[in-house]
Amino acid sequence: MSNRIDVKKTYKLFINGSFPRSESGRTYEVKTSKGAFLANPCLASRKDLREAVVAARAAHNGWSKATAYNRGQILYRIAEMLQARTSEFIEEIMITTGATKVKAEKEVLQAVDTLVWYAGWSDKISSLTGSNNPVAGPFYNFTIPESMGVVAAVAPENPSLLGLIESIAPIITSGNTVIILASTKAPLSAMSFAEVLATSDLPAGVVNILTGKKDEIAPWMASHMDIDAMDISGLSSKLTAEIKVAGAENLKRVHSFKSASAHRITAFTESKTIWHTIGV
Amino acid sequence: MSFEYAPAPESGTITNIKPKYGHFIGGKFVAGSKHFPTINPATEEILSQIALAGKSDVDAAVKAARKAYNSTWSKTSGKERGKYLFRIARILQERAREFAVLETLDNGKPIRESRDTDIPLAAAHFFYHAGWADKLEYAGLGSSPKPLGVAGQIIPWNFPLLMLAWKVAPALATGNTVVLKPAESTSLTALLFAEVCQQAELPAGVVNIVTGDGSTGALIVNHPGIDKIAFTGSTEVGKIIARSVAPTKKSVTLELGGKGANIVFEDAAIDETVEGIIDGIFFNQGHVCCAGSRLLLQENVAEEVLHKLKKRMEKICVGDPLDKNTDVGAINSKEQLAKIVELAKVGDDEGGQRWSPACDLPKKGYWFAPTIFTGVTSAHRIAREEIFGPVLSVLTFRTPQEAIEKANNTPFGLSAGVWGEKGSRTLWAAQHLRAGVIWTNSFNKFDPTSPFGGYKESGWGREGGRHGLAAYLKGVAGE
Repeated sequence: MSNRIDVKKTYKLFINGSFPRSESGRTYEVKTSKGAFLANPCLASRKDLREAVVAARAAHNGWSKATAYNRGQILYRIAEMLQARTSEFIEEIMITTGATKVKAEKEVLQAVDTLVWYAGWSDKISSLTGSNNPVAGPFYNFTIPESMGVVAAVAPENPSLLGLIESIAPIITSGNTVIILASTKAPLSAMSFAEVLATSDLPAGVVNILTGKKDEIAPWMASHMDIDAMDISGLSSKLTAEIKVAGAENLKRVHSFKSASAHRITAFTESKTIWHTIGV
Repeated sequence: MSFEYAPAPESGTITNIKPKYGHFIGGKFVAGSKHFPTINPATEEILSQIALAGKSDVDAAVKAARKAYNSTWSKTSGKERGKYLFRIARILQERAREFAVLETLDNGKPIRESRDTDIPLAAAHFFYHAGWADKLEYAGLGSSPKPLGVAGQIIPWNFPLLMLAWKVAPALATGNTVVLKPAESTSLTALLFAEVCQQAELPAGVVNIVTGDGSTGALIVNHPGIDKIAFTGSTEVGKIIARSVAPTKKSVTLELGGKGANIVFEDAAIDETVEGIIDGIFFNQGHVCCAGSRLLLQENVAEEVLHKLKKRMEKICVGDPLDKNTDVGAINSKEQLAKIVELAKVGDDEGGQRWSPACDLPKKGYWFAPTIFTGVTSAHRIAREEIFGPVLSVLTFRTPQEAIEKANNTPFGLSAGVWGEKGSRTLWAAQHLRAGVIWTNSFNKFDPTSPFGGYKESGWGREGGRHGLAAYLKGVAGE
């Protein structure tokens, strides 16, 4: 038996590429499935959300104008970094949720594969959902999908890592930036995933991750005027109407999904139609 | 030496306006209970009495639409649905002049526009969507696309028949039935369209038309028997609708307001640009959600553009909408005129410099001279709020980056224009503008094949093109 004392990780937020504590100083306790103390992650505040929105908005122009190839490579890089740390994530999921090793491993590997799947979408979605429109006049007219801007997301409670990645990946593939609230009960793998993001050449502010209470933060997301859309897949359906009513103030596009699909990408794109005059 | 145009009025006799109308429900015209007048805004003459639909009328219309959906329309093949739509397109073409004159009488828009834009485009929309009806599985919107059911559709007064076509054609092509409400002040062409449905032998109840005001619209929006709401109108009402349907499973698409930027770079072909600026803001009296109502001029050409723009504005013919020479007709209603007058006054009060050409406005009717405001900044209300009239706010910029920043500095995101002879720069600007429709070296062009709709507070979804079909199919518009 070693007498060595473990060096434990402090779990903080992930905003604009940095790992700040909540400005509120608030934390909450996360326990193992057996009830033992595990960590004191941040209980994010409204101001943390606002800081994250500022970072996400500032990052949007650069990220959305990066080439699709570049975005695809960065998504693939995230998959590489996650794959390399598989065992760490398996352990973290097991200790937090009580999942078996087989189940935890399946979740992590599926998360890696999900990232790879969306990485390949970045330079294809436009060919499939765009169009060339034969208007009756001397115009070259085409429609292309573009990112909406800043998307706020609420990750499902379970599976905490896979659910988070299934939400983030399609949102950023098209060039959106995101603020996502992690699973409240099992937030640790989300914050470890932030470390993966921080070492994947992802520009600061493209993904921002908060931990805290869903019924507290989701309504603030809905009423924030600089958030363009929401993915509320991880929110109780009891809150859906309230979120949509608050979101109507700036006509947020509010969606929720059950699984990974290309539709999760298109739901957060806008179609832009350009009429280019033809003439000598 | 100056030349005057002699009057060249289109005859109003081609129309056959009844003294009173009811609703069109289940394939028949049914009498209304309460009525309100619809007027010719150019003369203030009462044209007819329009029925105000209450709860029982809307219930009856929804019931008829549901019955038609269940018993007939959902069992009609795409091929046959398409043929009905082709018939409607052809009848609209056959009766185009009658529709154009009626539209101009009821709306106040120049006959040149109703004749050359509104009615031909409405027919084209039906023709285009007719062809989709039996090809939906090729639209890239799922392998087995399914209609939503009964669509409630509420349309505005600025392009009455055209907006009807934008709503009804895709809904029917995708297999939905509809309850449509035209705008309070412009119901006549929708009621004439009901006759077209009869001539086309469209099965009873597939298209139902109820007339009325906002209270009728609210009855449609909140009706539990409706599966989808499609609305074109103000952002204010769009938000009310979004809140109303939030607790329901209704699918929603919204085409709302705009404050379109029209950007002129220093290398623009100035004479063509001036024509485009005129089209952008004075087309349809500026009653256009995608109007180019914010002119952004690069500083070094601002003076020249403004000089030529003013000279060109002096040639705009304002007056009798039925006159074939008229460029700008009547403001659609007394309420809209009051709103334009009020916002223009705000422009004065906030320090903008107002200019209008000398023009004799008719004594009767609702009129507002084409107007530009210079010395406007992004903070002015006339640069932020939709005026929905022939009023242009002029701002300037130095660099392309500044132009984009100013253009995007708005909660709206419907349209924008870019003028310049350097292709790479106009496309760069088009790429950076946050708006759903961008015209380079043109403005206010529309086509059924071309998706139309906005970013941000300009709405949800697209109308027209392959993209517009999604609004009426299960599982592709929302979640």
